[in-house]
Amino acid sequence: MLTKRVISCLDVRDGKLAKSIQFQGTIDIGDPVEKAHEYYEAGLDELVFYDITASHEGRGIMLDVVRRVAAQVFIPFSVGGGLRSVSDAGRVLEAGAEKVNYNSGAVERPEVLAEAARAFGVQAVVLSMDVLRTAPTAQLPSGFEVVTHGGRQRRGIDALEWARRAEQLGAGEIVVNSIDADGTRQGYDVALTRQIADAVSLPVIASGGGGECEHLREVLVEGHADAALVASMLHYGSHTVQEIKGYLSQHGLAIRTSPAAFSAMLAK
Amino acid sequence: MITIVDYDAGNPTSVQRALAALGAESRISPDPEHVRRAERVIFPGVGHAQSAMAVLAQRGLDQALREAFAQGTPILGVCVGAQLSLTRSEEGDTPCLDLVPGNVRRFPPLPRELKVPHMGWNRIEPCGPGHPLLAGVPAQNEFYFVHSYYLEPSDPECVLATCEHGLRFAAAFARANLAALQFHPEKSGPLGLALLDRFTRWSPRC
Repeated sequence: MLTKRVISCLDVRDGKLAKSIQFQGTIDIGDPVEKAHEYYEAGLDELVFYDITASHEGRGIMLDVVRRVAAQVFIPFSVGGGLRSVSDAGRVLEAGAEKVNYNSGAVERPEVLAEAARAFGVQAVVLSMDVLRTAPTAQLPSGFEVVTHGGRQRRGIDALEWARRAEQLGAGEIVVNSIDADGTRQGYDVALTRQIADAVSLPVIASGGGGECEHLREVLVEGHADAALVASMLHYGSHTVQEIKGYLSQHGLAIRTSPAAFSAMLAK
Repeated sequence: MITIVDYDAGNPTSVQRALAALGAESRISPDPEHVRRAERVIFPGVGHAQSAMAVLAQRGLDQALREAFAQGTPILGVCVGAQLSLTRSEEGDTPCLDLVPGNVRRFPPLPRELKVPHMGWNRIEPCGPGHPLLAGVPAQNEFYFVHSYYLEPSDPECVLATCEHGLRFAAAFARANLAALQFHPEKSGPLGLALLDRFTRWSPRC
């Protein structure tokens, strides 16, 4: 049985690990490569790197981070942040990432999803969407609106509609990030995640708001998510990968339990 | 030296990086001569069966792989590489290398919660008399899969392990000096690396 995945998101700015608080500001909290390796050894299932570097030179630093991660972390990882074209994606995949993550680049030019899927296969294309709750209107019947620029720019697009369109275009997976929940550690937006997960037949990754192990269980079971993204829970040391996975496993979820304990097999 | 077959299908560098972490030397090559003369061959791949077979044929790699197989070179097929080792794929109704008799089938429509591509970590169940590549794999294991088509070797005896996703399919099979894996050992954490490590030391008995 396919397991539910626990994924961590690492925001990288100028090659350093950063944590944003409700998109209001960021603080540096260490080396992303070191952190990635630590989580890998602890048995994390997948990683997402989000490049929040503003400058052009910083992009080169990010590719270097990707190469260093790929040389020592042998689980899938995706890279996003500022990707606009197929050639942007090609560079990231060549550096060693498994998947690329389009966000505002796809809102601005949805065809990029189809182009990337043709070039690299749907399994390599992830759509990441930032979503804000709003009053339902004729244009936004679900009451969930797609936003960009960290929530500052409302796009007038219904989140459910956008998810369905992305699936048709060629996204292989969707990250649903609730701007309302992000950074609050009060739980994922279960209703939002469930509506998206039920609207598409792609794997859906819940993002934003995870603060307790129970929050993950809730969104994986009641939110119909295939995976849950955690950031501050792990980065600030309030929880470990083992604790989170142990909790989910005890609560009956199929979880990848095989940790990094195979050095014995390697030695044989 | 391990030769990793380069036929523009996916990213062979992730296999090379995993081998480097194990201290195994490898080269990525599109040259059929390198495949013929290789000590060992890894035949990786992500992508469409039809376009992959077309590139193999165009570079003469199809014949080189058949010869390497016939002369006893240890070969590891991974994902699409594993699929192309069989006779035929339903993906584009493509004739494949036919190193081992069998078919590659598309997943049938599955219940809503079972998605295709089958993507993520799943458990394999070793079966049969046991194979050196899978020796030591614990009952509780997970490997990383990404595929929409599955392996169906004609001879059930050559199946090394199965996996369940709506139906039970071959996660790994072997015949003589060829072993084939549907999952990605290079992305399957320490357990996947252990398996690759075993391949670097595998002496098949033909």
